[in-house]
Amino acid sequence: MTHKTFFAFIFPSLLAMILFIALPIGSIVVQSLHVEHPRVLVEVENCGPFGCERETRVDTAATQALQEAQPMGQFNGLGTYFDRRHLATEEVSRIFSDNEGVADIARQMYNLPFYKALSFTLVYTFIVTPLGMALGFSIALAVNSIPRFLKGPIIFFSLLPMIVTPLVGSLILFWMINTQGVIGSNLQLLFDDPDLSLRASPLLTWVTLIVYGVWSMAPFSFVVFYAGLQTVPSDTLESAKIDGASRWERIRYVVIPHLIPLATFVALVQLMDNFRVFEPIVGFSAEANATSLSWNIFNDLRGQVDQQYSSAAATSVLTVFGVVVLLMPVLVRLWRDFNRKA
Amino acid sequence: MEQTTVNRRPLLLSTTSSLFLVLWLIVAAFPFLWTVWGSFKVEADFFSRENWQLAITGLNTIGQTGSAFTGDGYQGAWIERDFWKAAWNTVIVTVSVTAISLVLGTLGGYALARSARRYTLWILITALVFRAMPHITLVSGYMLPFFEWNVWGALPTAIIVLVAINQPFALWMLHSFFLSIPKDLDESAMVDGCTRFQAFRQVVIPVMWPGVITTGLFSFLLAYNDFAVTAMLLNQDNQTMVPKIASFLGTVQTEGAVMYAVAAVVSATVPLFMLVMFFQRQIVSGLTAGAVKG
Repeated sequence: MTHKTFFAFIFPSLLAMILFIALPIGSIVVQSLHVEHPRVLVEVENCGPFGCERETRVDTAATQALQEAQPMGQFNGLGTYFDRRHLATEEVSRIFSDNEGVADIARQMYNLPFYKALSFTLVYTFIVTPLGMALGFSIALAVNSIPRFLKGPIIFFSLLPMIVTPLVGSLILFWMINTQGVIGSNLQLLFDDPDLSLRASPLLTWVTLIVYGVWSMAPFSFVVFYAGLQTVPSDTLESAKIDGASRWERIRYVVIPHLIPLATFVALVQLMDNFRVFEPIVGFSAEANATSLSWNIFNDLRGQVDQQYSSAAATSVLTVFGVVVLLMPVLVRLWRDFNRKA
Repeated sequence: MEQTTVNRRPLLLSTTSSLFLVLWLIVAAFPFLWTVWGSFKVEADFFSRENWQLAITGLNTIGQTGSAFTGDGYQGAWIERDFWKAAWNTVIVTVSVTAISLVLGTLGGYALARSARRYTLWILITALVFRAMPHITLVSGYMLPFFEWNVWGALPTAIIVLVAINQPFALWMLHSFFLSIPKDLDESAMVDGCTRFQAFRQVVIPVMWPGVITTGLFSFLLAYNDFAVTAMLLNQDNQTMVPKIASFLGTVQTEGAVMYAVAAVVSATVPLFMLVMFFQRQIVSGLTAGAVKG
């Protein structure tokens, strides 16, 4: 295919990605270096029957004029990155120089919004991904051994947690685990504690969100692993059996090695998806006890009075950085593979 | 793998495995069945302070409406709170996003599959990185320019943004489907006098339908399930179903109104049920296509 035809074919797609993915990434970088204009203050003298008072007021017209002249705000360098709402360098160095042990450091760091979100995002990503894959793999093994006519309906129901809108799925679970819902009230009976609420403590909230994550992520691993199981060579399995391998050994030394390439793919996709965890926090109204990087950006943008574009942009840049770090192993491998071929 | 007498599993193992499967089915399906059932009750039953069994017996529902099932939640959501409008907006958004994504994606995916040059790899790697971007980070890049150009809040804006966000995925998937179609097919068409585009349009696309349908399904799902983009970029009048449901949550303090949200949630899930029912095979093949071929 000539260069010309290639670019003619790919042009619309490329244009859409450049305009609406590459440029916005550039735009958040630029925006994060700026900060909103301070309000223009004027001092006016207010003279009434009881004498004169000096009063400071916001000059709306001047503020607006400034806003219109420079819609991005004023240049702030890396200031936004290091402020209390993001990397909080000052606070962090203070915490490390003045603390009462590791637990205290963790507790104090958790009070900083960025680190609070980062800790939940990372814990969620690195717990949900392996658990979801393990659950999916177990379901695939179980489904693989049942009669054929049962497989269709079981796959149908297994797909539901994954297919359903994340916000809708988390709301459905949230209403059930509510103290007034079916699971919540039964848990209260079970533990004989009428005040038990899964939203009460950070730990329980985290556990709830992680359970939701595993519930919604397992079906994807299940489907991929199930398809992979169909391609396990039966000769190898049989010879393993003749050599006296037990059922577990056959899974461990034949099936799992065969599925490793698939597992890498599943892990990659799930890491990407889990790292952007966002809807469950809205659905479970969990923001008091658990926030994520995506949620922090959403919260900055949602402000009704003043939207904090710069703060959102700085968090976005840090998130993009996190994604690239997460993807680095894959990118390096793709690069090496290609160079070996070339 | 067929069960044969030689291959029979020990009783303990097969029992554990069946029990596990039954347990998983309950975990996967029960929340949906429970919510569908509960959406026909009144709030005092579905969110009962006294006893969760009220949701099954529906005592308060009978007391308040005279029958064990009530459509009040649906009526409130669809008519009183204009959920029908959100549903209509969702139809516009999902149909447009799917159609435009497929046109752009097939063209691009075809080019990527038929060219063996180095830049195809770069495009695919970049697409992978773009695919990993959390959508909300991109949204925060759009907001200010869209306000400046005065296009914020309109449906076409959200549609075009969703198309772009969907492109990396569509490119990867269609690229791998096109790779499975032999090159000879379009080359022989071109020897017979077709231009590249004619060969693509009249020879390759007709055998590509399974791949196009599968990719279309996932594009539809992306547009349908999106919350970040539609919640931030659409104004009140143009809201689609998912942000509309989220907006119910903020305003449902009045008695019974939380049932509007429940009814809306069930309404939004029904199309997805249908989709899985009719296209289960394509969804499964789509999920595995990326894995097995990529």
